[in-house]
Formats: sequence, structure tokens, C-alpha cells
Amino acid sequence: MANDGAAKLSKNLLRMKFMQRGLDADARKQLDEEEKRIISDDHWFLDLPELKAKENHIIEERSYVPCEDLVYGRMSFRGFNPDVEKLMLLMNTHKEEEEDEDEDDTVSRMETDITDEEMARRYESLVGSMRKKFATKRDRAAIAKKEEDINCNVVENQPKRAFMKPQD
Amino acid sequence: MDTVHARFKEKIGEVLLPGDVFSFRIPESGGDCIIKTEKIICGPGLRRNGEEVQVCKSGILRHKQPNLYWIDSQQRRYVPAKGESVIGIVTTKSGDIFKVDVGGSEQASLSYLAFEGATKRNRPNVQVGDLVYSQFTIANKDMEPELVCIDSCGRANGMGVFGADGLLFKVSLGLVRRLLAPQSEIVKDLEKIFPFEMVVGMNGRVWVKAKTVQQTLIVANLLETCENMTSQQRQTLFRRVAEGSL
Repeated sequence: MANDGAAKLSKNLLRMKFMQRGLDADARKQLDEEEKRIISDDHWFLDLPELKAKENHIIEERSYVPCEDLVYGRMSFRGFNPDVEKLMLLMNTHKEEEEDEDEDDTVSRMETDITDEEMARRYESLVGSMRKKFATKRDRAAIAKKEEDINCNVVENQPKRAFMKPQD
Repeated sequence: MDTVHARFKEKIGEVLLPGDVFSFRIPESGGDCIIKTEKIICGPGLRRNGEEVQVCKSGILRHKQPNLYWIDSQQRRYVPAKGESVIGIVTTKSGDIFKVDVGGSEQASLSYLAFEGATKRNRPNVQVGDLVYSQFTIANKDMEPELVCIDSCGRANGMGVFGADGLLFKVSLGLVRRLLAPQSEIVKDLEKIFPFEMVVGMNGRVWVKAKTVQQTLIVANLLETCENMTSQQRQTLFRRVAEGSL
């Protein structure tokens, strides 16, 4: 095989990894720059002047509902349909609450499924039942005795039975 | 911008015709002073045209604090708008959606999943010819209108199929707005006559139900006639009916 000079080899071949091992740093840098130039030429870009989005001061509103504060469409009078009357109260107070919030900036109460009183009652019994669950046999007997007392007289508990060291 | 509001304010309560223009050019300033621009909300009857506001319906200009203006006009033909609650009549059931007639130029579509508690296995019980009270989610001039019977939380809030009995009739849109106004006098006068139930759709359709067929017909007739009456005439008429029915 005739030994051709390095100048006869193609550029792609020279860019391959095994050919670059023998190169100096300068030659490598030159190759890199040429590559970058080719790539950046290929990138497309928009040649437009900078456009700013115009701020719209005019908003269009197509519905009459916010204009005239129209109420909820289902109505019932004099108890003809109690479900609808409940709905009327619900939907119309929602609207009133929104208005009041805007005016007074007060905190409106969240809609709850059960009232606060029911919640307190439930927690009262919950605390008692949880205590019973984790009580020892002796404690459970004591609690049962306390609950049996019809008059609910408060009797002082006997001191817990602990180990008493003999005095002698 | 005081000039902007001033131009509107001088016309509040006046009759405007389509083609009237409110234009306000924001003056080019030297860049030192900052112009505080306020937003203006154009209600129905007003359109934005670049920097101007044009009137597109004839009527009286109304104003609501702080910056809402609209034209109060009369018409019978309904144009669907997003967020409005309407009464629709189911015309066809096709696959996953119902086609509902709302009185507009096109039939609206209502998906069967848009009911409370509806799943793919648990379909809602809707037949052709049923009345549905629903809201628009999509309603513009480029797309087919779409309805739903639930709100954004997934609750029905009274929407859905209704009306086993009763009577459905059509009124003008102006009367509908008068009925749905916050302290409506017509509604207060009607209450006194006898107990009944009413559903008012923004598309001009009203459904009424009372204890007997006769009472239902009386209420329907009263609503249709009180459109063109002054409040005095209306009150005398209602009083006569109340005395007659007792």
C-alpha cells in the first residue's frame, strides 16, 4: 500500500476519535471551532424585530350575570319544593358572602358538614373510648366502676398498687 | 384614567345606537411620568376594537361600580354565553353525548359524564325529551357550545334533569333578567298568590309547576302578560287574580 500523506485523508476521517489521539492541542482546537461554525450556521432563527405584547386595558364580558347580579335560576315559594328552597338559600348566601368579603374583608366561615357542637360532642366520647382502649385491666375495672355509679359521686381513687419496700 | 371613565359617565342612562364609538388614545408621554391605566370591563352590547370601544346593540348604557359598563337592550333570540345557566331539551342521544336544544343557532352537546355521580358504568337516567338545567362551559362563535350539569367541585347544585310535570314556555330575555334580579318585584308579587315552583333559564325558557293544572296555567299566563305592563297594572292584575282564586 502506498503511503499517502495525511493531507489526502478526508475531514470526517480526521474528526474521528482514533485520529485525534495523535493530534496536538492546537490542531484539536481548530477542528472544534470549525465544527461549531458549521453547527451554528445550520441553526434557524427568526429575523424579526422585537415585538412587545400589548397590555389590554379593555376586557370583554359576554354574560349578563355579573352585570346585574342575577340570582340562582331555580326558585320555589311557600314550601312547594323544600329541596329547592334549601338550594336557594345556599346559592344566594354564597353570593352574598362573596360580596361581603369584598366589602368588609372579614373572614368567612367555611362551610362545614357537621356543626361545631356536634364535633365537640363526638370528640368528648372519642377521648373516653381511646383511653379505655389503652388502659390496663386494672384501669379498665376502675373506669367501669366509676361509670356504674348512678349519682356520679366523685370518689377518690385508691393509690396505685406499687411495690412497697418493707420498712424493716 | 379619568378621561376614560368621564367619557363613559356622560353617557350613562342615554340611548346609544350601534356604531357609536368611545375612543381613548393613551397619550405618548416623555417616559418620566407613569400612567396608571385602569381596566375597563365591557359587558354585553359593547365590543373592543383595538383601542376603542364600539357599541353593537341599541339600548341604554348602564354602569356598575367600579368599572363595568354594558348596554341594556331587548331581544328574544338567545346567544350562548359562558357561565350562564339555561334550560335545555334533550333531542338525541348519540354514544357518549346528548344533543340539547337551547334555543341558539346550534344544538349544544352535554356529555353523560357531566352529571353528579356519573361514571362509565353508572350512566345518568336521561331520556330524549327531558328538561335539563345546566351551565355552559364553552360558548363562543367558533365552536359548538358545551354544557355541564356539575360545577367545578363536582357537585350538582340543583342542575340536571328536572320537571316531571309542569309547563315550559318562552319569554323574552328582558323579562328573564327582570325575574332574576336580586329584589325582583314580579317575583315578590307572584309569591303572594299561591305556592309554586319555577325554573328560569337565561335562554328565555321558564318552567312552572303548581298544585293543580289550572294554577300552573294561571302562573304561566301571568308571566307572559306582565312583560308589557307597568308595575301598577301588574299589581292590579295580580290582586284580581289572587281574589278570584281564593
